[in-house]
Amino acid sequence: MASLSEIRKAVQDEVDLPSLERSLRRPRTLFSAMMSFTTGAATLAAMFPLFSVLYLLIKRGSAAINLAAFSELPPAAMMTGGGFGNAIVGTLVIVIIATVISIPVGIFGAIYIAEFGPETKTAAAVRFSAKVLTGLPSIIAGVFAFATVVILTGGFSAPAGGVALSLLMIPTILLTAEEAIKRVPARMREAAIGMGATPSQVVSQIIVPTAAPGILTGIMLAIARAAGETAPLLFTSLFSDFWASGTAPYFLPKTIDDLMKPTASLAVLIYNFSGSPFDNQVAMAWAAALTLVVIVLLTNIAGQVLSRRSAG
Amino acid sequence: MTPANAVVVETVPHAETPEEISRPPTTFEVLRDRLFRRATLAVAWFTVLLVFLLVGRIGWVALPQIQAYGLKFLIGTTWDVNREQFGILPAIFGTLYSSLLGLAIGTFFGLAIAIFLSEGFLATGLDGIISYLGLGENRLWSVLPARLEDLLRLIIELLAAIPSVVYGLWGIFVVIPYIRPPANWLHAHLGWIPIFSTGLSGPGLFPASVVLAIMVLPTISAISRDALVGVPPKIREAAYGIGATRWEAILAIFIPTAASGIFGAVILGFGRALGETMALAMLAGNANVISTSLFSPANTLAALLANHFPEADRIEVGALMYAALVLLTITLVVNIFGTIILQRADATLKGLR
Repeated sequence: MASLSEIRKAVQDEVDLPSLERSLRRPRTLFSAMMSFTTGAATLAAMFPLFSVLYLLIKRGSAAINLAAFSELPPAAMMTGGGFGNAIVGTLVIVIIATVISIPVGIFGAIYIAEFGPETKTAAAVRFSAKVLTGLPSIIAGVFAFATVVILTGGFSAPAGGVALSLLMIPTILLTAEEAIKRVPARMREAAIGMGATPSQVVSQIIVPTAAPGILTGIMLAIARAAGETAPLLFTSLFSDFWASGTAPYFLPKTIDDLMKPTASLAVLIYNFSGSPFDNQVAMAWAAALTLVVIVLLTNIAGQVLSRRSAG
Repeated sequence: MTPANAVVVETVPHAETPEEISRPPTTFEVLRDRLFRRATLAVAWFTVLLVFLLVGRIGWVALPQIQAYGLKFLIGTTWDVNREQFGILPAIFGTLYSSLLGLAIGTFFGLAIAIFLSEGFLATGLDGIISYLGLGENRLWSVLPARLEDLLRLIIELLAAIPSVVYGLWGIFVVIPYIRPPANWLHAHLGWIPIFSTGLSGPGLFPASVVLAIMVLPTISAISRDALVGVPPKIREAAYGIGATRWEAILAIFIPTAASGIFGAVILGFGRALGETMALAMLAGNANVISTSLFSPANTLAALLANHFPEADRIEVGALMYAALVLLTITLVVNIFGTIILQRADATLKGLR
């Protein structure tokens, strides 16, 4: 039997070992290394915009942020000071309206396609429609709300903006709620059925509470997206330079009339002021952008933390 | 019967009879159950109906204008409210031009990120750095690549979370000022090439497309990463087993295997780019011109809607509804196409496993 050193010697005689070593002088290896470098560089480059946006937001946005920014009305041309208090309230009001519309639709739809009829043609059609709606241009949601709510009620209003945003929220809520409901262990369902619960009791007392964190994730992500949307609000809730209500406290819409009139929002304020020739208005746009991004990112990250929890 | 020292754990509220633990539903409960199930079915159908309602209602409001202008609307090049002349050819051209350009840039970076995050580059790279620095063994090193990968994915997801109007603001104050000098240099020296035939005076197609690329990138990278991760391990191992270098394996085996998934991602990204509004309304310049130049101001369907709708009178609203219908049709076709491709891709990958 040959010893190990004898084998090694035999191999060295037979095989040109250095030729098997990894070397950048070989075209195949060089090509691979260059592509790896390009990929890494492209990935790093793609991160740049995010950091650039965040840096500028903090630098230019924080310069104009103070208490007045949150509590005063938007400045007119040539004016100094001012804020975007009405836009913060407006954004909240519009997003709340959209959430109130889209949560029941999204969750009820999800319950049907995940629980009552997952294999039916209806479920397939719903899933397909929801996916198609996910890719709906946000401005088309605005056009639809204009063609229905604005034309029928005769004016721009917060509910019109809410309807437009709800169109964008429904598919997100529906699809994530479906996934969350599907993840509920079958044995919980079976135990409830075994105790004589009706299918709807199973859903309302077992499935939905168990799937709640996952469903909430979908809702948070949908809210985060909707809060930042501008295009659907441009010609549904329009904009307003005034508080919602004529009586103190002015920021709070108290009657139907307070809601059924043009309503300010952070996103539209940023758009309107972004092209302004007046420095103060541009500064307001940056401050509003910082506020909006903080709201959106916090909601988004909260949603993702919830989803990690519910998955784990 | 229970031993004196046994711990009695009460799992259910104390029950005397079997009926207290389980009993058949009462008539009222059965009725409520039926009602609830009907309600969910109705709501489910409502979401399907919503798609038809959307197309139907916008089409209905646009109908008078569709009858009045017909196909002339699609090939007209002027948008003049006073003379009631409406044509959207420049907007259609600008939509396609900016979307394809943004998509090309976005696909390059999106695919690079997808490959970077799915093929273990981070692990190899970190391994190299650690052994080069001689940091030795540490339990942290084994979890570090996965953590960093999660972090990178979170950053890419956050890229998608930033509102488009904020990107528009960023584009006005960062992208345009930085792009203008090189753009004007290209125009001055290479102006005979059609894509450089104008200078960049401010807003223009190219800055809009750059921002568009950033906005479609997360969609493309997330879906293509899923497709690449879905390549079955046996194919992966076989490729390395026959001696392919990493990039030979990626280009010749993994990407073709995941091709339909990646293609679906690109199509969905295209759908997003077509409908993206704010970045284009703020950066493209809102000019009804058809120019091959990258730096010329332009218009898109979505930007046309955003710029004209808030102050439109009744006749212009009709024309804008018609334009919205055109945009809706294009994006619906592209999105349905992309969704079907992705469903097929899923089925193919399942078959390979």
